[in-house]
Amino acid sequence: MGALALYIEDEGVPTVLISLVREHTAAMHPPRALWVPFMLGRPLGVPGDAAFQRRVVVAALNLFGRDRGPVLEDHAEEAPPVVSAEPAEGMVCGVDFSSADKDVPLSQLVLEEVSQLRSWYEIALKRRGRTALGVAGAAPEELVQFMVAWAEGKPVLSYRAGMPLANAMRLACEELKAFYAEANAGQPGERSAHSVQEWFWHQTAAGRLILALHTALLNSGDKELRSFANESMIPRVARHGGAE
Amino acid sequence: MVRLVDLPAWEREHMLEKIPALPKFGLNPWVAGGPLSKRRIAIVTSAGLHTRGDRPFGLGVARNDYRVIPGSIAAADLVMSQVSVNFDRTGFQQDLNVVFPIDRLRELAAEGIIGSVADHHYSFMGAGSPVTRMEASAREVGRLLKQDNVDAVLLTPV
Repeated sequence: MGALALYIEDEGVPTVLISLVREHTAAMHPPRALWVPFMLGRPLGVPGDAAFQRRVVVAALNLFGRDRGPVLEDHAEEAPPVVSAEPAEGMVCGVDFSSADKDVPLSQLVLEEVSQLRSWYEIALKRRGRTALGVAGAAPEELVQFMVAWAEGKPVLSYRAGMPLANAMRLACEELKAFYAEANAGQPGERSAHSVQEWFWHQTAAGRLILALHTALLNSGDKELRSFANESMIPRVARHGGAE
Repeated sequence: MVRLVDLPAWEREHMLEKIPALPKFGLNPWVAGGPLSKRRIAIVTSAGLHTRGDRPFGLGVARNDYRVIPGSIAAADLVMSQVSVNFDRTGFQQDLNVVFPIDRLRELAAEGIIGSVADHHYSFMGAGSPVTRMEASAREVGRLLKQDNVDAVLLTPV
């Protein structure tokens, strides 16, 4: 982000950036930056809180009033914690692994789960009026079949012709995760981003599928797939567990 | 909370080990401008956003280009194909303004606090190093912004 600020301002256009990792911004010396104490992925702090977001935007834009730089200022206001954060155990998915038949194929478990979550997804879609799905270009059920085949060591043609296989694989994973996150948001109650991650990776069949796919791709003969599996497939928080 | 002291050790170390690898740019640009109430403002984000019909961001050299986002974009038409998996996406799924505060800029323009909102905004895919890989496309965007009479850019990461 600091690099973009430097290049754009060097072309003659004033910039101010919102910084999420102060140490990185401080090392790069962009002209104007407002560091905010928010989680990665939320530079404006609080989704759905226009007043809070506005205070962040105005604080950043006010740095244009400075007459010299570089400026790196700290935003004082913290994002409020999620009020009724539930433990991941309180979330609902379609399959109860505690009683699931160990012989049921993973593909069936995931498809049942997707089917069960579909109504929650539709509720969230109606409430929000938008969805982050649609990037991969195939329905979750088709993506699951594709991912299961690769996870089981039976490669199939990509669901998306013309796109590099590794990117199609990446988008399939992201699309499935987005479906689950949006379906989860349709369920009653409010929960933290961290608890949604915990739920997906540790309690859903889809999380198990991506972990199995990860293992398979690490051993793939395709260099791009191996690189994807190594670098951009499993978040650090899922590998390590740990804090929010 | 991205105070490094608040992060688990494995995440803190990951963040800190990036710092020595950051390039020295040899740049110290500073462009002055008029009052906010006269400025034309664009958003440039590294979140990997694009319109629903546009091509998703990719791996390899496909990380380096950018996407154009019309100022008239509707919330339902903006999606994300960022490569990194190490940030929260549920906030964006709930409200795009938490990453791309276009509605906040529109409100500020309507109230006269800023001059106007640009017709075109831009998105990069910020993950991956070195960050200097984006120089050519970032400079191109800078020139496009200038041609659009933009005189203030708000940059947002994820």
